[in-house]
Amino acid sequence: MMNKRMNKPILNVSGLTIDFGGIRALDHLDFDVQVTEIVALIGPNGAGKTTLFNCLTGIYRPTDGEILLACPKTGQQTRLNGLKPNKITERGMARTFQNIRLFSRMTVLENVMIGRHCRTHSLILGAIFRNRKTREEEQETIHKSYEILEKVGLAGQVNELAGNLSYGAQRRLEIGRALATEPFLLLLDEPAAGMNPQETAVLVALIRQIRDEGHAILLIEHDMKLVMTLSDRVVVMDYGKKIAQGTPDQIRGNRDVIKAYLGEDVG
Amino acid sequence: MITAKELTPINKKIICKALKRSLLISLWFVFLTFPIMVIKVNPIERTVSWRWGNIAYVAIGSFVISLLAKAWLVRKERAAAAKTAACPTRASIFHNILQRPGCRYPLAALLLGVALAFPHLFSTYQANIMTTALMYIVLGLGLNIVVGVAGLLDLGYVAFYAIGAYSYALLNLHFHLGFWAALPIGGLLAALFGVLLGFPVLRLRGDYLAIVTLGFGEIIRLILENWNAFSKGPSGISNIPRPGFFGLEMSLDQAMIYMYYLMIGLVLLAIFVVNRLQHSRLGRAWLALREDEIACQAMGIDKTRIKLTAFALGAFWAGLIGVIFAAKTTFVNPASFTFMESAIILAIVVLGGMGSIIGVICGALILILLPEYLRALSEYRMLAFGAILVAMMIFKPEGLIAGVRRTYCFQGRKSTAALQDDE
Repeated sequence: MMNKRMNKPILNVSGLTIDFGGIRALDHLDFDVQVTEIVALIGPNGAGKTTLFNCLTGIYRPTDGEILLACPKTGQQTRLNGLKPNKITERGMARTFQNIRLFSRMTVLENVMIGRHCRTHSLILGAIFRNRKTREEEQETIHKSYEILEKVGLAGQVNELAGNLSYGAQRRLEIGRALATEPFLLLLDEPAAGMNPQETAVLVALIRQIRDEGHAILLIEHDMKLVMTLSDRVVVMDYGKKIAQGTPDQIRGNRDVIKAYLGEDVG
Repeated sequence: MITAKELTPINKKIICKALKRSLLISLWFVFLTFPIMVIKVNPIERTVSWRWGNIAYVAIGSFVISLLAKAWLVRKERAAAAKTAACPTRASIFHNILQRPGCRYPLAALLLGVALAFPHLFSTYQANIMTTALMYIVLGLGLNIVVGVAGLLDLGYVAFYAIGAYSYALLNLHFHLGFWAALPIGGLLAALFGVLLGFPVLRLRGDYLAIVTLGFGEIIRLILENWNAFSKGPSGISNIPRPGFFGLEMSLDQAMIYMYYLMIGLVLLAIFVVNRLQHSRLGRAWLALREDEIACQAMGIDKTRIKLTAFALGAFWAGLIGVIFAAKTTFVNPASFTFMESAIILAIVVLGGMGSIIGVICGALILILLPEYLRALSEYRMLAFGAILVAMMIFKPEGLIAGVRRTYCFQGRKSTAALQDDE
């Protein structure tokens, strides 16, 4: 753990603030994510967790503060503020959504193939003439997508429409789609929401596997058991502010956190 | 449809409900049609005759039709419920036939043979009508890229058609440019205007996009109508030459037939190109854009770029057909490019099936040829048009022939992507 903390962070957020009219949804937030680390983001409903995700991925533009993303391979650092969502995905950060946003009338395989879009290049003429380069690229897209589907356990349903999958499978497909963009940092917004215990267990194993393959993961989750078993570090938010940060054990005993979740009078 | 054995209490309940509903519907229809079906005013003799018998026809007719419709819907629901688990992406019979390799090529060859022999089997008049239908097929395929695949509701598509037609007319008038030189220019100019329209509407979707594109269509028409110095206004431009064939002199009949073959070639080209585009990286990105714009962008797709390419590639075909239209009628004026044209092309796409090439072809043939051959009933054309669209939305909202997603087989780790070209 100590030696990991010595590394340069791959995501560094400092003083992140966003105002919607008079409401300050995020208030000078600071935190970081290290290489191959699982960081959980928790907090009561309305604390600003998803707003934070939307800021990080370029859907909202932050009012103030810095978001820096550093590629672990090249060490190249980029400032993400004000970049478009697709540019941010190209830089190596992909996300899933709290309310599932799959392309429901496309097949499972096609959903993952969409994720490969930003790593491939063929354009109009390539599509029309289907030259060798385009065909090879297309084959590679299919193969890589299939490999990812095997990883998330959906290889048997490649031709199914995404909308017909079970809830747990849809969540896994969203993760697969995000993985197809070749990210080094994966943002998961409530990946276990609405899942039954078996599905959650499969998901936990999957997240561990993804981490072991070298991805860092930042996740929002309300399932405390999952958070405590899975994460290396936990960041707790309330009213747009960070109120605590530490290992799961540290967080479990933190008075501020208990207060935020249960109310004022805690013995 | 429902035998006595099946009359369980649930079925009884459904039937009772359906009967009640149909009764109400027939009463409503009697009320609605009362003024036209029952009261007949004779202004000359100043008498009013009451045709009470008609009530019975209306009541019984609407009662039976609504019952049948209900029965059909119930059966469809049950079939769907029974089948969802069994086979996931169910293709229509049509697609099944097409995908059988033994059937596809002979069928395509047969169709092509009929198409090629058509002007020799029938009169030039028939060939002329068919040429129009073929033009609408290409227009439908173009709009299908924008509306069916990329999901951008465009109500001003006719503007690009007009741009194509006027670019040939004006280039010929001022610079004596021939048809073959004007054809690509018309297409590219329309594509350029597609991009120009695309920029301001990048942030819009759904209803707002529809209204802005509708406005764009009207703006182009109004410019052509009022800017006399540029476009000769409502009187239009005449004496546009027909397409040449290596400087050969052709009679009117020959020119018509030549035009027909030209359109066959263009339709084949459009089918080929649109099919390839749909099944490419770009086509997938369009579909993703239609399904979910936010997720599409979050997955690394440059929304701006693919929206503009969709507008440009859709408009390109309208531009080409615009040039053909100008050459075919040898005359253009703004009255040919009203909103009605956009509406018909959109109806072709919606009726045929959004995102489905075969669907669009069928849609175009039905919507263009039927009114021609049913001229005797032309008074009721708009009535039938409306009724067909309403019925389609109720019974087959996905269109006559819905688009089917391509499937892939994977054996072990090696994939053999079973690619079907024509959808």
